[in-house]
Amino acid sequence: MTGAVDTAPALQVSDLRTAFFTDAGRLDVVDGVSLSLRRGEILGLVGESGSGKTMTGFSITGLIEPPGRIVGGSVRLAGEELVGADRARLRALRGRRIAMVFQDPMMTLNPVLRIETQMTDALRAHERIGRAAARARARDALVEVGIAAPDERLRAYPHELSGGMRQRVAIAIALLHQPDVVIADEPTTALDVTIQGQILALVQRLCRERGTGLVWITHDLAVVAGIADRIAVMYAGRIVEEGPVDDVLDRPAHPYTRGLIASVPVPGRRERLPQVPGRMPSLLELPPGCAFAPRCAYAAEACLARPDLVPVGPGRAVRCHYPLVETEAVR
Amino acid sequence: MKPPALIEAHGLSKVFGEGQDLVGRVLSRFGLERPPRQVHAVEDVSLAIREGEVVGVVGESGCGKSTLGRMIADILRPTTGEILHRGRPLGARRREKGAGLAVQMIFQDPFSSLNPRKRVGDLIGEAPRVHGIVAADELDDYVESLMERCGIDLAYKGRFAHQFSGGQRQRIGIARALAVKPELLVCDEAVSALDVSIQAQIVNLFMDLREELGLTYLFISHDLGVVEHVCDRVLVMYLGRIVESGPAAELFRAPSHPYTRALLAGVPRIERRRTVYAPIEGDMPSPLAPPPGCRFHPRCPLATARCRAEAPALREIAPGRLSACHLDDTPA
Repeated sequence: MTGAVDTAPALQVSDLRTAFFTDAGRLDVVDGVSLSLRRGEILGLVGESGSGKTMTGFSITGLIEPPGRIVGGSVRLAGEELVGADRARLRALRGRRIAMVFQDPMMTLNPVLRIETQMTDALRAHERIGRAAARARARDALVEVGIAAPDERLRAYPHELSGGMRQRVAIAIALLHQPDVVIADEPTTALDVTIQGQILALVQRLCRERGTGLVWITHDLAVVAGIADRIAVMYAGRIVEEGPVDDVLDRPAHPYTRGLIASVPVPGRRERLPQVPGRMPSLLELPPGCAFAPRCAYAAEACLARPDLVPVGPGRAVRCHYPLVETEAVR
Repeated sequence: MKPPALIEAHGLSKVFGEGQDLVGRVLSRFGLERPPRQVHAVEDVSLAIREGEVVGVVGESGCGKSTLGRMIADILRPTTGEILHRGRPLGARRREKGAGLAVQMIFQDPFSSLNPRKRVGDLIGEAPRVHGIVAADELDDYVESLMERCGIDLAYKGRFAHQFSGGQRQRIGIARALAVKPELLVCDEAVSALDVSIQAQIVNLFMDLREELGLTYLFISHDLGVVEHVCDRVLVMYLGRIVESGPAAELFRAPSHPYTRALLAGVPRIERRRTVYAPIEGDMPSPLAPPPGCRFHPRCPLATARCRAEAPALREIAPGRLSACHLDDTPA
């Protein structure tokens, strides 16, 4: 939307740390995460359950509630620091400059309010705009996300809409103010394949057109392959590998990334799937050093010391003492 | 000669919904009938599963794939149609001792399908004990052999299900199903809720069991990648009906029905980078009010007047391949 080319990152996350203080002990759910997102860029944040990918998204948008809190690091939205910002400022930014789309659209939608009320309220929370003008904007936003019969949908309650339709409305609300950054947490995981395709097409187009930076949080490598420019892979609260989508998926440097990619069935091939043994460790019982070492075929003595995330090429970094140098294809 | 089918189903239908209440009956006597709200979850489905075969059922939510699986597993009674197990009706076998164990089901959610108050050893050992499949003094060994086979650490025998992760619970569910020595496992989205690395472990376990025990599977899933990987033959369902079926390799390589084509085109794959998705429009219609004619016609880019009026029959379009589409009459 802006004419000038904006090179400053839309979102800059540096050494972000979030911990939960529970009776069982301290859980470092986000353990020194750094990310950078340009305008119009789509970053896939990939991980399995318990990897900390959702908590990273919640930390960025300031949605962490006690017993959790951000214990360190920085989140800069178009240069402005969010960590430690007061509640009023955060409220002013959230929904306007940064928005979140959840797996369950009912996290966004109020079940007892008509769609129109929810959308116009969201508009009027951040802008001086009359009822009629707000309604027109809401209607346009629904058209934009491909909802047929928008006037009818504006009058509807969320339960009257299908799951795919609700998610479109949630996306329309997230994009109402043309935010700099959208954090999308598994927004298509609960949807059917054909509906997922519709949503993917939609967010791709809207981000490109408007220069919105998108962090797409998912466990699904295939979805990320289709829409992301860059990928960051998380394991046990830390980023273990990041880089351009083709580099990471074709030449993964971290054994975990490689294992994940290899576990996805290859079309037309029916042999046994290569599997990563074991499962993600509990954050309460993290092994010393590299958290992946107990499941890693390449682990050695050095892995008892915690590896750093080190650059291994243009825009690429890996957290491994023995990064893989790929000669043969993974798949 | 083909081996006889393990399971055969003829004209299976399942209708859910209210029968007519008193008011409805009175109204209908005066010709003022309000049509009862009924869902034809499955309509006129026939299939045969041969011994040792892995048959996949794919389709989106509401297509009737789970209802079909539950009828095959004899958890739901079909409204019409019949199911034959080795040529004999399932209904007749129900009264025989030990019958009804031949088909076991693995559910999607291993969190709600295991009794949280029972220990792993009891969860697995209860059914074979009740059905007298193993003698009481051999039960312990039997349970342990099942745990080993399914990759569950024997040290966990005394633990409760809630102490396990999703993948471990799914292994317990599988061991429990295997305990009654079934011939067919109906897996309803059995790996869908699992993480990628765990999913690979469970898929491999299914394939190992197939080889070791000669098991037959009805594998129901919306995950087309997994179905393509494990299945020999695939049925594609849409709004309660089979729209296409055939050998997995052929069907995935060259889908025939427009719905199958749209479904496969929409599947994200790791190989497909920066894909521009060109999805089919619209949602699946409500099964309460299915469209007339071909049920896919409102979303079909190729629909004609005939598709709106007349439902296409499922017919053979090539050896072993069936499709229900009027376009098959006029080959391109």
